[in-house]
Amino acid sequence: MTRSRFLTAWLLGGLLFLYGPIAVLVATSFNASSLMTEWTGFSLRWYRALLHDRTLIDAALLSLRIAAVAATGATVLGGLAGFALARMPNLAGRRTMAGLLAAPLVLPDLLIGLSLLLLFVASEMLLGVPNGRGAGTVAIAHATMCLSYVAVVVEARLAAGGTVLEMAAMDLGAGPVMAFLRITLPLMAPALVSGWLLAFTLSLDDVVVASFTSGPGATTLPMVVYSTLRLGPTPVLNALATVVLALAAGAAAAIWVLGRRGEAAAG
Amino acid sequence: MRRALAVLPVWAWLVGFVALPAVLIAVMAVSISADSVPPFRLGLSFEALAAVFSDPYYRDGFLFSLRVAALSAAACLVLGYPMALAIARSAPRHRRLLLLLVILPFWTGFLLRITAWIGILRDEGLLNAVLGALGLPAIRLLHTDAAMLIGMVYGYLPFMILPIEARLSAADRTLEQAAADLGASPARVFLSVTLPLSLPGVWAGLALVFVPVAGEYVIPDLLGGPGSLTIGRVIYEEFFQNNDWPQAAALALVLLLGLALPASLVRRR
Repeated sequence: MTRSRFLTAWLLGGLLFLYGPIAVLVATSFNASSLMTEWTGFSLRWYRALLHDRTLIDAALLSLRIAAVAATGATVLGGLAGFALARMPNLAGRRTMAGLLAAPLVLPDLLIGLSLLLLFVASEMLLGVPNGRGAGTVAIAHATMCLSYVAVVVEARLAAGGTVLEMAAMDLGAGPVMAFLRITLPLMAPALVSGWLLAFTLSLDDVVVASFTSGPGATTLPMVVYSTLRLGPTPVLNALATVVLALAAGAAAAIWVLGRRGEAAAG
Repeated sequence: MRRALAVLPVWAWLVGFVALPAVLIAVMAVSISADSVPPFRLGLSFEALAAVFSDPYYRDGFLFSLRVAALSAAACLVLGYPMALAIARSAPRHRRLLLLLVILPFWTGFLLRITAWIGILRDEGLLNAVLGALGLPAIRLLHTDAAMLIGMVYGYLPFMILPIEARLSAADRTLEQAAADLGASPARVFLSVTLPLSLPGVWAGLALVFVPVAGEYVIPDLLGGPGSLTIGRVIYEEFFQNNDWPQAAALALVLLLGLALPASLVRRR
């Protein structure tokens, strides 16, 4: 059994590598000292400073708004795309659609950001819209980036469930619309919720695509964090990171529960 | 037919916001840089594209990114494969939790986790404090290639673990059992049964790390040194600092075409 013990030790080591820095970050956010290397007592002073940092708060509110819009758009479009890939095997251009969906998943953010900026510039020159770049163009870019993730999650969920239930509903006299609303949509629901949450966090986290597609007056939270980090991290950022971590852990826990419920429902 | 109509918005969005922008990169790559807003005029010039291959600055950027991406993918494989195997072999009730633990960091804000590494690696940071307490000399890590590589592995490790774990946990365990019963040593079982069964996951994992790392901008900029000039940084600089859109687009086009092949490995099942 030495081999399995080696694997377990390696896994624990790997998880320590992933979580060690996060633990350090959370611990230092409660440190009264501004130095990471000395502990002078428990304090919430960085959280108070965070609450009074107008730049960070304004940027966070803007980012939350963009993320909500982008995640909703990505969920509608990605849900449709995932449904099409899982349930429409004869769809014309299915492979092309899968390819276009995969592109934002794997390609570097830099290429997504640059190409979308060129689109917005070209459209403004030819059609006059958008009139300058800002929160709206960032939301479109984020929806594009995130819809692929939603499609993957929804497709996997529908493929795992099979079409037996829809078939049964139609045999019992339900029309295709009724079968979709009463069977497929509830089947997709947990994946749509996880997809929305995933899209929301991806949007909140992005700095590169936003830097390309934003304009003056629309500085998102990651853009502010990034320009601060280039000068050197501040303790306030540790407090901010801890708040974001707590929110992300909550979202992940929600997805975990939804996933278990989905598994139980699928049998 | 009505169902096909329902997919129309998806097509419209994908063509408008994924395919068309990619074409515009090519259009910009042959445009001409100009002192206007936006800083280009349409044309058919291959000057920027030729510079990608003739200018050693750009060539070095590509070669450096290629090395960094290959090293990062290899390091993620070495670190991640045993982790994937351990998760795939764990009891089913632990497996879901372990997978969640691997995915969770991906959710927690990439930029903010880089903050932690800056605090740990910088000269007066945690690592050097620990080394000092142990009586060891301090080392300079932040703003070096080593710190950049640590950041890449840290950021992309989950992308390596997940596809390999999926393959390993779907593989038929009785094949390993059979090989062992027929007298194969544990090493032989691994090399001739376990590893080949997981290879599609390994390829997907390598592509999922290599492709985004090859165009990474944030990690080299924050953790790397002034000399860690990845192609991502070069493109960013051409675009935002030099305001040379055609040159940035030409570099991006070559990067896009270069990554198309490894990127296509991801979708293969």
